[in-house]
Amino acid sequence: MTSVAVAAEGLTKRFGDFVAVDGIDFTVAAGEIVGFLGPNGAGKSTTIRMLCGLLRPSAGRGLVAGIDVAADPEAVRQHIGYMSQKFSLYNDLTVIENLRFFGGIYQVPRASLPERLAFAISMAGLEGREERLVSTLAGGWKQRLALGCAILHRPPILFLDEPTSGVDPQSRRRFWDLIHSLAADGVAVLVSTHYMDEAEYCDRVALINRGKLIDMASPAEFKRTNLGGELFLVECRPLGAAIARLQDTPHLLDVAAFGNSLHVLVEDSAYDSESLTALLRQGGVEVSLAHTIAPSVEDVFVRMIGRTGGPH
Amino acid sequence: MWQRLMRMLVKELLQLKRDRWARFHLIVPPLVQMLIFGYAATFEVYHVGTVVLDRDNSQESRELLSRFSFSDRFRVVRIAHTDAEVAEAIDHDDAALAIVIDAGFAQTLRKGQPAPLQVIVDGTNSNTALLALGYLNLIVERYSSDYLADSLVRAQAAGPVQQPVRVEIQQRPWYNPDFNGRWFFVPGVVGSLTLVLVVSLTAIAIVREREVGTLEQLMVTPIRNYEYILGKTVPFFLIGLAEVCLVALFGSLWFGVPFVGNPFILLLGTVLFLFSTLGIGLLVSTTARTQQQAFATNFLVLNPMFTLSGFSFPIASMPQALQWLTYLDPLRYYLVVIRATFLKGVGLDLLWPDMLGMGVLGLVLLTVSVLRFKKSLD
Repeated sequence: MTSVAVAAEGLTKRFGDFVAVDGIDFTVAAGEIVGFLGPNGAGKSTTIRMLCGLLRPSAGRGLVAGIDVAADPEAVRQHIGYMSQKFSLYNDLTVIENLRFFGGIYQVPRASLPERLAFAISMAGLEGREERLVSTLAGGWKQRLALGCAILHRPPILFLDEPTSGVDPQSRRRFWDLIHSLAADGVAVLVSTHYMDEAEYCDRVALINRGKLIDMASPAEFKRTNLGGELFLVECRPLGAAIARLQDTPHLLDVAAFGNSLHVLVEDSAYDSESLTALLRQGGVEVSLAHTIAPSVEDVFVRMIGRTGGPH
Repeated sequence: MWQRLMRMLVKELLQLKRDRWARFHLIVPPLVQMLIFGYAATFEVYHVGTVVLDRDNSQESRELLSRFSFSDRFRVVRIAHTDAEVAEAIDHDDAALAIVIDAGFAQTLRKGQPAPLQVIVDGTNSNTALLALGYLNLIVERYSSDYLADSLVRAQAAGPVQQPVRVEIQQRPWYNPDFNGRWFFVPGVVGSLTLVLVVSLTAIAIVREREVGTLEQLMVTPIRNYEYILGKTVPFFLIGLAEVCLVALFGSLWFGVPFVGNPFILLLGTVLFLFSTLGIGLLVSTTARTQQQAFATNFLVLNPMFTLSGFSFPIASMPQALQWLTYLDPLRYYLVVIRATFLKGVGLDLLWPDMLGMGVLGLVLLTVSVLRFKKSLD
């Protein structure tokens, strides 16, 4: 059995009457990457902040490295790294000054400090830029430097709160490679994101909406069990007439425009590509292509949020 | 603990070194303000615009009026010929004071009777008006005693006369023999400038970290509350000390204010004063989420502290309730200490209550802010 690094047990946070996080249960194992998905305001950040000891849970508890966070937040901090979307670095300090500062705050032993600093610099790809002021760095570099600062003390648990927002796709890709190499070394990673494509990089995804954990599964399983039907890609013209034709059709669950084509969700084996094409042609729509496709996490996500109600 | 604290200090000093704005603002504005205060902030009254109306036109009346012309307290701006001209000069703010001598002034005096002198004063600025009246009284008294002495001399020439009994006030101003207002203000400016600088710097420095998000980042590290707070306040404590030295030295060299006391007593007072100002800054920073809020709170806190400190308005003249309130104002104590060490040279035997006041305030403020700081993220 793999060891449990993070466990949330009925974790709840209320702000007055507003329930931001509503009795969430889940675990993250060592070496596992768990992705938090959910619309803005769903409670992702609040959950992470409770697990870091930044917020006190209203009910339930969070166990991090086996320690109850609310009971002893200080004891938890030596075991965790935390990075938020703000990349909280000191802009008026240089790369190396930021690293030395966080190294000192985390009390990295003097003997191993040079090696850790070198590792963080090479990980961030900042060799030769050690004396640059952080304010002059581009977003992707800042992001990797922030990660480097957060893991200087080699924490076994890493909390990342939308770490990739506002960073170009290439940097995001590179960042995820870093996350994977950390997980391969046994670091438990809990990461929130609103980029659906990033969900595919996670070992398991947890869908959160309105403070509740809707589902938690591997991306493949998540897509298999939650779509509740078959997905067709239909290329046709005009799109408006096609959508009008397909709405309120029996056994047809959802229609959504994706660029120049449609994603049509139907009940399992209610239609095949021929019957769907025939249906559309009856409505005077010109169909050039219709076939089943594997859903992306985004398809499932949109569908599930639709079912459980939109953001607060 | 030392490793983390040292890192905090190194970081703060590096940031300060890079912050050109802060460096400028720590040195130039305090000196400029010292100059402005030194020259402008004075309650003394010079060159009060005066209009005179002499209906007597006697040797006596001209002699009296000439004394006003020669005094640097008054400046005769207009010789009026009618009451209307007098009223106009005062209405138009050309003059704040009018001296009217009625016909028969000299005749009455020669008879040895008290002669009336009409004085009209613009009471809009009550302070200036009162002071001007005071100086006017001095001049008139001097004139009448001189006149009396003259007539006695003349009378004695004619035969022996009994001299009237008179009480004369002999002024012996201690510590500031010339009543030089600057001597009073310059040390006060040192205190109030330090208060404003240290409170704003401390409050803003922490709120800025909160705004940028680095505070949250630090909260998830093993750094302790007190390490963070010490790391934040020790640099400002040092800056505060340097600021006091800079401004005090500049003020006393430029304006020639003497320093007769024991510098170590002033140092002790300054240390205690800085504790309490750091406490106020920290407290402000725990209540504010943004730098604007901190600015606004600073304004709300600092202005009353300044008013209640006795910097310019005597505490003894305040209503009793406000007098009690001044005990919560560290500047009140520090002004006593700094003025006493500069001008009087008194020792701890007299200053210990003020030292104690600042120490207690500092301790309470710092404790409260450390306790509040812990909760402030939730």
